Amino acid sequence: MSEHSHPTPGLYVVILLALVVGTCLTWGIAFVDLGKWNPVVALTIAVIKAVLVVLFFMHVHYSSKLTKVTISAGVFWLMIMITMSLSDYLTRTFLPQ
Amino acid sequence: MSTATAIVKPVMPERHFLNDNYGIRSWLLTKDHKRIAILYLFSITFFFLIGGVFASLIRLHLLTPNGELFEADTYNKLFTMHGVNMVFFFLIPSVPAVLGNFLVPIMVGTKDLAFPKINLLSWYLYMAGGTFSMAAMVSGGVDSGWTFYAPLSSGYLKTHVIMLAVGVIIAGFSSIFTGLNFIVTVHRMRAPGMTWGRLPLFVWSNYAASLIMILGTPVIAITLILLALERGFHIGIFDPKLGGDPVLFQHMFWFYSHPAVYIMILPGMGVISEIVPCFSRKRVFGYSFVAFSSVAIAVFGFVVWAHHMFVAGISVYSALVFSLLSYAVAIPSAVKVFNWTATMYKGSIEMSTPMLYAMAFIGLFTIGGLTGLFLAALGLDIHIHDTYFVIAHFHYVMVGGMVTAYLGGLHFWWPKITGRMYPEAPAKLAALITFIGFNLTFFPQFILGYMGMPRRYWAYPPEFQVLNVLSSAGASVLAVGFLLPLLYFAWSLKYGEVAGNNPWQATGLEWETSSPPPTHNFHEIPIVTKDPYAYGEDAEVTVVH
Ligand SMILES: [Cu+2]
Repeated sequence: MSEHSHPTPGLYVVILLALVVGTCLTWGIAFVDLGKWNPVVALTIAVIKAVLVVLFFMHVHYSSKLTKVTISAGVFWLMIMITMSLSDYLTRTFLPQ
Repeated sequence: MSTATAIVKPVMPERHFLNDNYGIRSWLLTKDHKRIAILYLFSITFFFLIGGVFASLIRLHLLTPNGELFEADTYNKLFTMHGVNMVFFFLIPSVPAVLGNFLVPIMVGTKDLAFPKINLLSWYLYMAGGTFSMAAMVSGGVDSGWTFYAPLSSGYLKTHVIMLAVGVIIAGFSSIFTGLNFIVTVHRMRAPGMTWGRLPLFVWSNYAASLIMILGTPVIAITLILLALERGFHIGIFDPKLGGDPVLFQHMFWFYSHPAVYIMILPGMGVISEIVPCFSRKRVFGYSFVAFSSVAIAVFGFVVWAHHMFVAGISVYSALVFSLLSYAVAIPSAVKVFNWTATMYKGSIEMSTPMLYAMAFIGLFTIGGLTGLFLAALGLDIHIHDTYFVIAHFHYVMVGGMVTAYLGGLHFWWPKITGRMYPEAPAKLAALITFIGFNLTFFPQFILGYMGMPRRYWAYPPEFQVLNVLSSAGASVLAVGFLLPLLYFAWSLKYGEVAGNNPWQATGLEWETSSPPPTHNFHEIPIVTKDPYAYGEDAEVTVVH
């Protein structure tokens, strides 16, 4: 629909570099034991990378509001699944004795 | 239909979508949503009959308590294939892919769905999925239950679980494509004047079901892929022996499969919302409440899934939340039931075949829905979980509700689809037989379940035999009720009375065009100036020339 603006080749290169940096960071941090923060850090980097891909490589940043709403709905629904499932896992140990 | 004034007998239109083109090619490569609907009609009828054969064999087996007819393993395969065929290959596509495909573009006043080729692709995917499932069936069957619970399915069973799962995944994509098409069509292709507030309730409910299709279906695909990875490559996801978590499978499975219940029932509710005002000759009561309750069901239906897992070891606090939310989702369903009854109140009710089905739907769905509340109650669920009470509950919703709505809709729009009327007397008889057979089959199952007969068991204590025999007897009556329409629908194609554009004097754009409609639905795109249910008022739709 809104084809007026497109990412430039330069921007593509910047995003690519950011993704490579993210990958190296994940790999590097894997050698440091952060305890329970291990998955948190790894997932945070992964999410940032995914967002960059969706916004620029998949052109969502330049798309219509309806496209953005659609994608946000998908993400929001994923969050529903995760949060509501965690409502089970995180409260299992609360069981009164 | 005899009135004092002479009525000109309607004639078949010279050119329509059925005779626009001939030959197998014109059907298999068609991009016409109406022809694709008919392709779907034949295919889902085929899978319904297969699923029905399995159901009959189950009921035959349960005539005697000691499991004399089939081996226990065979029995497990029977109920698995019954469930898979009926859920994934009949109930989910039934109303959306047949009636929705045919009607949504006509009802919003446009030529076709937004993506006709994707629509055709969706049918091919459905058939490919069906082929995989049939292949799994003929090469020995699968005995995991339609729910595929891990680690049973991923680590222990020796049957073709992956092949069946692939079939279900592919069929899932066909339903995503249908949903996508409906959503884009409703957003982008409404005729001038067809505002959201004038959208027929059938379109609203299919729109809501489409939201679930595109938001939920990917999750079942991912779940089954993970299952296949664990089964094929021993990657530990669900099996505790491999470091996985079996409850995680149930969370992921039901995240889709509970909302899937609403994919099945919402379009059926849409059918009822069309039939009831038409045969009550009244404007639908509380249009916007009925419309928005569909969307509310679609959204809230996503946060109740763990009511399937109360005895699976989930946290009691979480169970409490899911139980409360399950109660909450009953509200929009109740809104619909009350509004249909209020529509009928003081209406001029005509007991035609579609109306008989609609009234059966309202009663049976209410029983099915209310017994769902029994199951959502944390205490009671411990007693009746995984018993025949559950079987009876969801068959009241799925067969008493959904199949009834589908049959009602098929009768209601049959004259529009084929241009000919079905014979009214045998149709009423079939509706009656279906209703009696259905209740005889499933009501005893409520009692059996409450008395403690577990589902999926191959044998049962002798004191349960009387109720089981009643149920099996009912199943044979039900089978007659389902087979009759096949006969008289086929008969009507040649001998049925010519219907004319609007045999029911119904409102709605689909009744403005000829029956069967021309390939592009309308000769001129209509301009909508009226509410959708302007019964008893001037319901004319102006056409620009
Ligand atoms: Cu449920």
